[in-house]
Amino acid sequence: MELDPLILSRIQFAFVVCFHAIFPVFTIGLASTIAGFETLHYKTGNPVWQKLSKFWIQVFAVVFGIGVVSGIVMSFQFGTNWSNFSYATANFLGPVLSYEVVTAFFLEAAFLGVLLFGRDKVPQGVHLFAAIMVATGTFISSFWILAANSLMQTPQGLELINGMYFVTSWADSLFTPSFGYRFAHMALASFLTAALVVAGVSAWFVLQKRELEANKKALSVALWFLLFLAPAQTVVGDFHGLNTLEHQPIKVAAMEGNWERDTNVPLLLFAIPDKESQTNHFEIGIPGLASYVLTHDWNGEVPGLKDVPVEEQPPVFIVFWSFRIMVGLGLLMIGFGIWGLILRRNGGYYQNKTFLNGLRLMSLSPFVAVLAGWVVTEVGRAPWLIYGQMTHAQGLTPSLSGGMALFTLIGYVLVYSAVFSAGVYYLLQVFKGGIEKANAPHELEEVERPMRPFSAAHVAIDGEA
Amino acid sequence: MEATFDLTVIWAGIIGFGLMMYVLMDGFDLGQGILFMFAPNEAARDQMMNSVAPVWDGNETWLVLGGAGLLAAFPLVYSVFLPALYIGVFLLLAGLIFRGVAFEFRFKAKTSKYLWNWSFAAGSTIAAFAQGAVVGAYIQGFETEGFVYSGGPLDWLTPFTVITGLGMVAGYALLGSTWLIMKTEGEVQEWAYKLTPPLLGALLTVFAIVCVYTPFVDPYVQERWFDNISVIWVIPALTLYCAYLVLRSVKKRQDGMPFVASMGIFLFSYLGLLASKLPYIVPPKFTIWDAASSYNSQLFLLLGFLFVIPIVLGYTTWTYWIFRGKVKATGYH
Repeated sequence: MELDPLILSRIQFAFVVCFHAIFPVFTIGLASTIAGFETLHYKTGNPVWQKLSKFWIQVFAVVFGIGVVSGIVMSFQFGTNWSNFSYATANFLGPVLSYEVVTAFFLEAAFLGVLLFGRDKVPQGVHLFAAIMVATGTFISSFWILAANSLMQTPQGLELINGMYFVTSWADSLFTPSFGYRFAHMALASFLTAALVVAGVSAWFVLQKRELEANKKALSVALWFLLFLAPAQTVVGDFHGLNTLEHQPIKVAAMEGNWERDTNVPLLLFAIPDKESQTNHFEIGIPGLASYVLTHDWNGEVPGLKDVPVEEQPPVFIVFWSFRIMVGLGLLMIGFGIWGLILRRNGGYYQNKTFLNGLRLMSLSPFVAVLAGWVVTEVGRAPWLIYGQMTHAQGLTPSLSGGMALFTLIGYVLVYSAVFSAGVYYLLQVFKGGIEKANAPHELEEVERPMRPFSAAHVAIDGEA
Repeated sequence: MEATFDLTVIWAGIIGFGLMMYVLMDGFDLGQGILFMFAPNEAARDQMMNSVAPVWDGNETWLVLGGAGLLAAFPLVYSVFLPALYIGVFLLLAGLIFRGVAFEFRFKAKTSKYLWNWSFAAGSTIAAFAQGAVVGAYIQGFETEGFVYSGGPLDWLTPFTVITGLGMVAGYALLGSTWLIMKTEGEVQEWAYKLTPPLLGALLTVFAIVCVYTPFVDPYVQERWFDNISVIWVIPALTLYCAYLVLRSVKKRQDGMPFVASMGIFLFSYLGLLASKLPYIVPPKFTIWDAASSYNSQLFLLLGFLFVIPIVLGYTTWTYWIFRGKVKATGYH
């Protein structure tokens, strides 16, 4: 069997980037959550907020540590597997990715240490400032990453000369038409992730009757955020979709599973899109609704996949279903937000066991939704690496053989499984330790022990701590 | 845009400086990993790890900064080296990941400590070997067609690069052992004193092989060194002088000198390598100017680097200052 380096490289990139993405999306939201807890503590003086902050800072430290490791691999992927793409776009991508690194280092050098270890060593105001700066820094980092991605979706501000892009306008190339929507969509996704994880973990603690006062407060705040952010995300997502309709119509056609350009197009609830026969099987849909959602007119025209030749169509099945997973989970989040509001009247939100157990499960939902969303936008761009300009095949490393690609794909899967199962396992230990352990005098160390990000957590990875 | 400064030269300086900082600084903490399983006992291992734990990730900062800067300033290097060294890059990253997480988890582990010991030792050794092989591959040069790598997947793995890889393992181990001499006392220090001369011998053997072999296979290098005897011969002379200093200071049981002199060996061999190859950055065909990105892009990023490099330097200095003095033998939980 001939191994295809293109497919293998795409699988490898997808694997590595999916693994990586779940960490920053959580840390970005969590950094703001911590800054919020610190602000509340500063303003009210209520020690409950500090208790919560101490615990979530530990979680942040561990997740941040894992995210940094997987991010390093990302930055080499571009060169090893996509060297033609890297070379062609280096004038833009090089500085942009470097600025992300610069931001991260500045953040780490200047503020992370103060946030993690400085609580008793600096004035409270300085500690709060560090927390806010770390939160700000995570947004600046994501600015650069999303600017790079947006350029690949809606390129502008570059000029192609002899196989290499040259930046004609930094403002145009950084702020491409899809950038603002993508940034808002990701920022809300990060906040929702933090809200749902805080809600799920707090619900779990409440069920165990642990540190009730603090955890009830955290649960309450998280539910308020969920109530407002989940619908807001739907609105922003809708605008993002309209932007995609304007700039990448075929992606939208794949999301809707629509083959023929037509008016009064139904919104499909279920279908098995079949690229081979260029049609859907087992369609169930609501008449006209896709037209209405996309054009705000029941008779609006929706682009069809057949507008372009088959080889320029993305893998429809994957895009179609990832989109439905993302939207479905979004609706579920809205539902939980409203349920929480209804339960608020007589304190049911911390007493109703079904609700609390549901929240525990929901703490995984934002990660699935975020990954599904990225699959929609990335796979939906196929076969283009830079939309309309460079295909995946053109961007691939020419010297790469299928065997090499398979070797590293298996290698990364093995390395990640080993390392990150240890990381996630440790994270679960931190959760088990809970607020009590985070606020207890540290039995583990505090001898002359060097400070590492994980040092912020005072839990043993194995055995009795 | 009209270039008033040759930014390419400035960027070559920045990347060159970053790589040198990386080799000098990450070298001694990778060295701890290389020597790890040979340590006399578990307490010594605790001490070795404690001696580098506060600084190692700051040290690796330079690798990431250099790598990112390379894509921005010299994209051709990035897009030729990484495909050419494909498997090697994977081994390097896997090695760095395993040793990196070992730092985090070994401190938290009780029953699973031995796992993280091996993770640390194997990861460090593989990473050091891969870096040495990269240097060897750079000396060998790369087969290219147009601006694209056109060689095979394992061209980088030759007897020569295996030797440079082993040389790097020995060299980093030397930096590691002399670091221990400086940072520890008693049993561990005595062990490090004993290790240092044989490690130095291994490193010098590899140097000798590289110095004899390179001019033979590369006429450009031969021309550089032998056509007219120039000032660059000072460099190998200084390298040998540093080697002598290491031996003498070990004999006198001095604390700091062995480490400083070992860093000198690395610094001067690095300069020697640059003196042999520059301005060729993707040998044998491309110079730094062929490999450079646009003036506009170099300038855009330069602003950020001029801002962040002093901060990283300051932060590094501060960390080392806080952490000065000997690492205590006791005090590990």
